Amino acid sequence: MAEERKELIKLESGEAEQPFRWSAGVYGSKFLTELRDNKRFVGVRCPQCGKVYVPPRNVCGPCFVELTELVPVSDEGVIVTFTVVSFGFVDPSTGKQKPVPYGYAVIKLDGADTYILHYLDETDPQKIRVGARVKAVFEEERHGSMLDVRHFTLLDR
Amino acid sequence: MGKRVAVVGVGMTKQRSSRPDVNGQELINEAVRAALEDAGISRRDIDAVVIGNMDHFEGINYVDTWSVDGSGALMKPIMKLTTGGTTGTTVAMAAYYHVASGLFDRVLAIGWEKNSESDTTGAIITAFDPFWDRPIFAGAVAGLALEATQYMHLTGATEEDAAYVAVRERRHALNNPYAHLHINLTIEDVMNSPYLSWPVKMGDMCPRTDGACAVIFASEDVVDEFPNRPAWILAVADRHLWAYTSDPYVNQALENGWWFPALEWAAREVYDKVGIRDPLKEVDVAELYLPYSFAGLRYMESLGFCGRGEGPALVRSGATDMGGKCPVNPSGGVMSSNAIGATGLLRVAECALQIQGRAGDRQVPEVKIALATGFGGCFWSDVLLMGREMPEKPRG
Amino acid sequence: MEPVAVVGVGMTAMRRERREDGYADLVYEAVRLALEDAGMTIDQVDNVVTVSNDFFDGRTISSMAVQDACGSYDKNVSTVEGDGTFGAFYGLMRILSGSFETTLVCAHHKGSESVMPLITNAMFDPVYERFLGVEAVTSSALQARAYMDRFGVSEEDCALVSVKNHANAFRNPLAQLPLELTVEEVMSSPYVAEPLKVLDCCPISDGASAVILASAERAEKITSKPVWVKGVAHCCDAYHLGDRDLSDVRALRDAARRAYSMAGISDPRREIDLVELYDAFSYMELMWLEGLGFCGPGEGGKLTASGSTAPEGEIPVNPSGGCLSGHPVLVAGLNRLIECVLQIRGEAGERQVDNVRTAVAHGINGPCGQSHCVWVLGGER
Repeated sequence: MAEERKELIKLESGEAEQPFRWSAGVYGSKFLTELRDNKRFVGVRCPQCGKVYVPPRNVCGPCFVELTELVPVSDEGVIVTFTVVSFGFVDPSTGKQKPVPYGYAVIKLDGADTYILHYLDETDPQKIRVGARVKAVFEEERHGSMLDVRHFTLLDR
Repeated sequence: MGKRVAVVGVGMTKQRSSRPDVNGQELINEAVRAALEDAGISRRDIDAVVIGNMDHFEGINYVDTWSVDGSGALMKPIMKLTTGGTTGTTVAMAAYYHVASGLFDRVLAIGWEKNSESDTTGAIITAFDPFWDRPIFAGAVAGLALEATQYMHLTGATEEDAAYVAVRERRHALNNPYAHLHINLTIEDVMNSPYLSWPVKMGDMCPRTDGACAVIFASEDVVDEFPNRPAWILAVADRHLWAYTSDPYVNQALENGWWFPALEWAAREVYDKVGIRDPLKEVDVAELYLPYSFAGLRYMESLGFCGRGEGPALVRSGATDMGGKCPVNPSGGVMSSNAIGATGLLRVAECALQIQGRAGDRQVPEVKIALATGFGGCFWSDVLLMGREMPEKPRG
Repeated sequence: MEPVAVVGVGMTAMRRERREDGYADLVYEAVRLALEDAGMTIDQVDNVVTVSNDFFDGRTISSMAVQDACGSYDKNVSTVEGDGTFGAFYGLMRILSGSFETTLVCAHHKGSESVMPLITNAMFDPVYERFLGVEAVTSSALQARAYMDRFGVSEEDCALVSVKNHANAFRNPLAQLPLELTVEEVMSSPYVAEPLKVLDCCPISDGASAVILASAERAEKITSKPVWVKGVAHCCDAYHLGDRDLSDVRALRDAARRAYSMAGISDPRREIDLVELYDAFSYMELMWLEGLGFCGPGEGGKLTASGSTAPEGEIPVNPSGGCLSGHPVLVAGLNRLIECVLQIRGEAGERQVDNVRTAVAHGINGPCGQSHCVWVLGGER
């Protein structure tokens, strides 16, 4: 009698892709255009509470009011919190392994009341602190994306 | 208007990092059959089904209609809810509202996840905005690490304080035959584990788990038909406040005062509805969705168990251990088992078992009031209070 | 069931592509319209249910994108992933529970942003079915064939639905595809998947909608024209296409029976004045008419050919133009509900049907109408 073979049968989706074409919205598009063309950050201000949202969004949640007033904000700011990522993973947007370690932070740009997420040019957590001042470093070639900023550099090392 | 609602049956699979022996429907069915058996009823008696998971973890679209063989929803009403990590508690609340509405008497709530079948980190990254967050974001661990960094900065808490939470969760899990991780962990083990995303180390994090949980909710009109004592839902509330990764930090001043509005506001609503003023005294057991160790410090403060910055002292005092004033996560919690769609529902299931006196080795004596929370997405929070006594009137 | 009413509705125009608008923009527009319609501020909304789908949006936790725009700040909020009719039902239950007096339900979809067949292919079983490339259109073609063969329904019978509904769309400024068609033109449109031709199929659309529900007490304070929920039910059939008889509408029959029973309806053909059903494909209108009890098995074609379901007919069906004229997925069911509300209020503009006191709205979920949700709405409390 033949021996029963027990094997795990696995199905893999392989290189399956689901392409998407999202709309950045009118003000999101303006933000990205400013980054690309003028190396400048802009936000939108709530007419009711005065909060400046960066990056822009269409509605101030607490006030439930539409945001249409564009205001420029600085390309310098302060670290609100940070981490240094050391585990490797595949970036779902590119399908490629993300090179680690890399530092990234929640950054409050001067003039903004909401924060952005971006890379830091430092990977030693002992050298980074909450409250440190940082400045955007732009790429030479820009395409209209958050990655037009290569990273934020620590100003007072 | 409205019916009072109780949990009358609970079922859960053994949670494992990978269950190659079952497909998704079979995994769900395991939990469903266990719950039906626990409640002493059959599929025929169920009036409606509510199910939840995070779509991209299994890569199945329209999970409600897909699930009917496993969930038992054939020729019944079924709907799907999904809110990220809070899915399990969202599903519990949906089942509660189905019954409280008076339209359905016996509702089956199912939460499940088969994390082994997909790329969890990749899927979590797609939860966030493709323009502003995704290019930089690194998934759950890194998102939590951002919270940990700020918490340590504002309160002076240390990685070792957080390690106490990890050790407690692992120790509690040893009493839970269903939990995924059964490890005897020491503080040194946690401190020596490699960094995943500073300051969060491997020992601080929850695992990825395959698992399912099913809970049967019943109306006050039919509750006596069931063999187990009812575990009543006293109040539920949630706040899913934000849309972008950096939003949770916006309300926090760097100098002093930090704030977790989603959890604080949801908890306050629930406490007000039930009349709880001093949770540490009045809550007998808490099953909290703590996705990693630092949460076990910070969220105790947001839930009002202690003052701001006092989380470390509370945990080190033993108040949250078995035998303490308010044991937290006797089941081992999320750090010991994290099948995301099921996780929040398991908190509700565990609270029900505690109230019913059926929690075996993890039983806390004399549980009258139990607290369950859900966490997920952009630091969203769900809060449920359950109790042994039928509430005076429906107050949900 | 305690009385609950729809007190506010808002619908954005359905278009092939709303390029400048992200999900949050569409939702904010719909919610603002609903609030204006009800004469309410966002503070008067007690809780929110959002409706979206992670696959269509390309985001796990698709509801996250709209949290600010749906007005959920410091409110209880939940998310149903399924057609808007199911989401609205959940919103209704939350009021019936006594916990809330008003619920805002909003749904969004942008079909233009993804590759639709890839998304609907993901509905099918990854091990046994997906590799076949089966998706919403091809699976519906299987159902159309099963139904047509069983009852001797012809493609021409189905074409009549396309002709009617696209013509109706001329009177709906929000519809995407008002088209003047003849049966011949439908018949000569190219096959997508036999027997379905291009003009038998719904389009891909972008859009959002919102409704506001209120308990009886609140409803009467908010509006002079509350539209009452008389009955609502849903039911789900088997999953694998081979596990059920695709030509049989038993899940719809079951949901309709329960909804009618709640509403005290025993003879739908006589007691219902208007129907807005989910005609994702022309053949579906024929099948759902039968499931909703407006004709006998296989007689949907005859009913349509007789002119009974035309806007001036005995039982107008989809005077709005239906899903064939605009189909933002998930939103589409909510739109059926909204159309019924407008008709009952007498606010349906050029597409207004006379004397609508009771209407039926219908939504589907899952492949080939696996799951159905039926609403009965009435002008009298």
